[in-house]
Amino acid sequence: MTTLTAPPKTASPPVRPRTSPRAGAWKRRIPLLPALIFTIIVTQLPFVATLVISTLQWNILKPGERHFVGLSNFKFVFTDERLRTAVLNTVVLTASVVLISVVLGLGLAMLLDRRFLGRGLARTMLIAPFLVMPVAAALLWKHAIYNPDYGLLNGTLNAVWRLFGAANGPTVDWVSSYPMPAVVISLVWQWTPFMMLILLAGLQAQPGDVLEAARMDGASALQTFRHITLPHLRQYIELGVLLGTIYVVQTFDAVYTITQGGPGSQTTNLPYEIYLTMFRKYEYGQAAAAGVVVVLGSIVIATFALRTIASLFREEVSR
Amino acid sequence: MRTRRTIRLLATATAAGSLLVACSGAGGSSSSGGGGKSINVLMVGNPQMEDIAKLTKSTFTKDTGIKVNFTVLPENELRDKVTQDIATQAGQYDVATIGAYEVPIWTKNGWLHELGSYADKDTAFDKADLLKPMVQSLSGADGKLYALPFYGESSMLMYNKDVMKAKGVTVPEHPTWQQVADIAAKVDGAEPGMRGICLRGLAGWGELGAPLTSVVNTFGGTWFTKDWKAQVDSPAFRKATNFYVDLVKKHGEAGAAQSGFTECLNAMSQKKVAMWYDATSAAGSLEDPASSKIAGHVGYAYAPTVQTKSSGWLWAWAWAMPKTTKNADAAAKFMLWASSKKYENLVGDKLGWARVPSGKRASTYAIPQYQKAAGSFGDITLKSIEGADPANPGTQPRPTVGVQYVAIPEFQDLGTKVTQEISAAIAGKTSVDKALNDGQKLAADVAKNYQK
Repeated sequence: MTTLTAPPKTASPPVRPRTSPRAGAWKRRIPLLPALIFTIIVTQLPFVATLVISTLQWNILKPGERHFVGLSNFKFVFTDERLRTAVLNTVVLTASVVLISVVLGLGLAMLLDRRFLGRGLARTMLIAPFLVMPVAAALLWKHAIYNPDYGLLNGTLNAVWRLFGAANGPTVDWVSSYPMPAVVISLVWQWTPFMMLILLAGLQAQPGDVLEAARMDGASALQTFRHITLPHLRQYIELGVLLGTIYVVQTFDAVYTITQGGPGSQTTNLPYEIYLTMFRKYEYGQAAAAGVVVVLGSIVIATFALRTIASLFREEVSR
Repeated sequence: MRTRRTIRLLATATAAGSLLVACSGAGGSSSSGGGGKSINVLMVGNPQMEDIAKLTKSTFTKDTGIKVNFTVLPENELRDKVTQDIATQAGQYDVATIGAYEVPIWTKNGWLHELGSYADKDTAFDKADLLKPMVQSLSGADGKLYALPFYGESSMLMYNKDVMKAKGVTVPEHPTWQQVADIAAKVDGAEPGMRGICLRGLAGWGELGAPLTSVVNTFGGTWFTKDWKAQVDSPAFRKATNFYVDLVKKHGEAGAAQSGFTECLNAMSQKKVAMWYDATSAAGSLEDPASSKIAGHVGYAYAPTVQTKSSGWLWAWAWAMPKTTKNADAAAKFMLWASSKKYENLVGDKLGWARVPSGKRASTYAIPQYQKAAGSFGDITLKSIEGADPANPGTQPRPTVGVQYVAIPEFQDLGTKVTQEISAAIAGKTSVDKALNDGQKLAADVAKNYQK
C-alpha cells in the first residue's frame, strides 16, 4: 500500500520521501478516527468500568457503604460454593449441548448432502429452530412440551396408556425430575441446525474427484467417511464446536425460563448466577468480578476459535 | 404477590405500546387547565394499573391540567428499573409503584418523600379510612407515611365447592393446617388427574417464600429473632417446612417445584386441584367465567392456622414519590387522586365494580354495588387484611415489620436462595433438613450485618 502512494517524483526534496508516506497514511486515517474512538468508547470503556467496579464493595441498596476492597470480590468468586457449582453446571451444560448437537448436526448434514425430492424444504424446516428467539423457544419447551398437566410429552404418554385401556398415563414431572437433561435437550434442539449448516457447508466443499477416486478404488461408504470425509470435516467440526461453545456458555434464557436455575442450584449456570447476584443481591462488585472471570474464560476459548478460522482460510488459499 | 406476571406479559407489552400512542396525543389541550405540568409515573403492569392509565386523561388531566406519562412494566422488570433509578438518584420518575417490602428499606436510605402531611391536608382523601395494617406496612421507622396504598391483599384458602360436596367434606371457615392436610388427602383424585391442593413450590422470595413464611409464622417459627439470631434451623421452622413440603409432595399439584402463582391459578381454574392457598387478589380471576372453569363454584376460607389467631399475609401496591422529583405537588395530587374514594367510584361506574382497586379502605366494603360484585370473597378479604399484624405476625417478636418477608435488603437474595433449596426438596432432589441447614448458614451471615 505505502509504496503505491509514495510520490513518483522522489527526486525534488531530499527530506520528503521519508515522512510523506506516514503523513499520508495518517491523513487518510483522520476521517476514520471518530469511528475508531467511538468503537473504543462503546466496547472498551464498559469493560474498564466493570474492572473498576469489581474492586469495590458496592451494594446499591446500601448507599454510603461503597468502598474499595481490592481483589476480595475475586477471592469470593473463586471460593464461593454456589459459584463453583455454577461453573461446573456451565461446563456440563455447554459440553453436552455442543457435543450432542454436533453429532446430530453431522447426521442431518450427511442426509441433506444427498439429492432428494423436497431437499430445499427439508433444509428450511430443519433450520427453523435456530431462528426462533431463545425466550420463545424456552417458553415453548417449558409449557407446550414439558408441562406435566398439558404438555406434549405427558399428553402422548396418556394417549398411549389409554390405547391399552388405562384411564391415565403416569404423570412425569420432567423439569423437576430431569432438570439438566430438560435444559440440554431444548438447547440441542436450537443448536443442532447451526452445527448442521456449518457441516453441510463443509460436506459440499468436498472435492468430488477424491470421492470418485475412492469409489473406484473399492472403498466402502464407511471407509470413505472415516478416511476422507471426516478428516476433511475436522476443521469445520472444530469451528462449530468453538463457536457453539462461545454462545452456549452464555445461555440465560433457557435456564431462566425453564428451571429458574433449580431445583436447588442444579441448573444454575454462570450467567444466571451473575443475574441473581446483580438483581436479587444487588452486589455489583461481586457480579462484576464474576463477569470479568467469565470474559477472561471466553477470551481463551475465542482465541482458539479465531485460530481455527484462520487455519481454515489458510487452507482455502493454499488450495 | 407475583401477580399473574407471565399471563400479563403480552398484555402489558401491548398496553405499554398503546399508552405511548395515547400519551403523545394528550399534550396540547390539557395545558390550559392549570400550570400545564407533566409528571412521569412508573408502574407495575397489573390490571388495576392498566385501568388507571386508561382513565387518567379524561378525568384527572382534564380537571387539574397535569399531564401524566405512564411507563408500565412487568413486576420483575419494574423492581429492577425502579431500584436502579432511585438508588442511583437518576430522578427520571416523579411517582413509582412499590410494594410493602421496599418502603421501610428505602425510607431508611432516605430515598422517599414523606406523604402523610399531603394526605392530612386533603380532607376529601380521608386518611383515617385507610386500613390500619396498610398504613403500618407503608410507614417508615419514624411512624410517618411514605407511600399511599393503591390496592392491598392478604391470603386465604380457596376451594372447589362441587368437589367438597361430592366427597361430603365441609371446609371450616377458620381451618387449621392439619384440617387442610386431611381434606387434601380426602379429595386427592376426586376427579381423574385432580390433586388435593395447590401450594407454590417455585423458588423465589416472592413465590414459594410468601406462602411458606406465612406457614412458618403460624407454626411458631421466624427467620430471625428480635436480636437478630438466625432461626432457619429452629424446631418450629423445621416443623413448618416439613409439613409444607410433605403436603405438596403427597397431595400437591403436578410439577409442584415449578409452580408459582400463575401455575396454581391455572391449575385451580382448570380443575386440576381441589384447593388453593394463595393471595386474596386471585379471587377476581377465579370468578371470571372467561378464563375460569369454576367461576361461581369457589368457596373461600381464612388462611389456615396452627398457633396464631390469623395467618394471612399482607401486601400492598402503593404510590411512592422519590426524593429526586421536581414536581412534588403535582405528583402528590396524582397519588391522592389515585388512592381516593372518588377514584374507586369512578372505576366502579365506568369499568365495573369487580375491578375496583380494593383492599385499602374500609369504606370500599360498605359500597352496596361492590358488596354485590365481590359477595363471596369481599368479606374474607377485608377481615384477612384487618387481621394481619405486620409488626407481630407470629408468636414471637420480630426485628422488622412485615408478614411474609423480612424487610431488609438482603432478604431478596436470602429468600431466593433458601427457597431454591426447599424447592429442590419438593422435587425430591434434596432433604428439608439439608436445605434448612444450608439456609441457616446463609441467614447467619446476613444476621451478622445487624447484630450489635
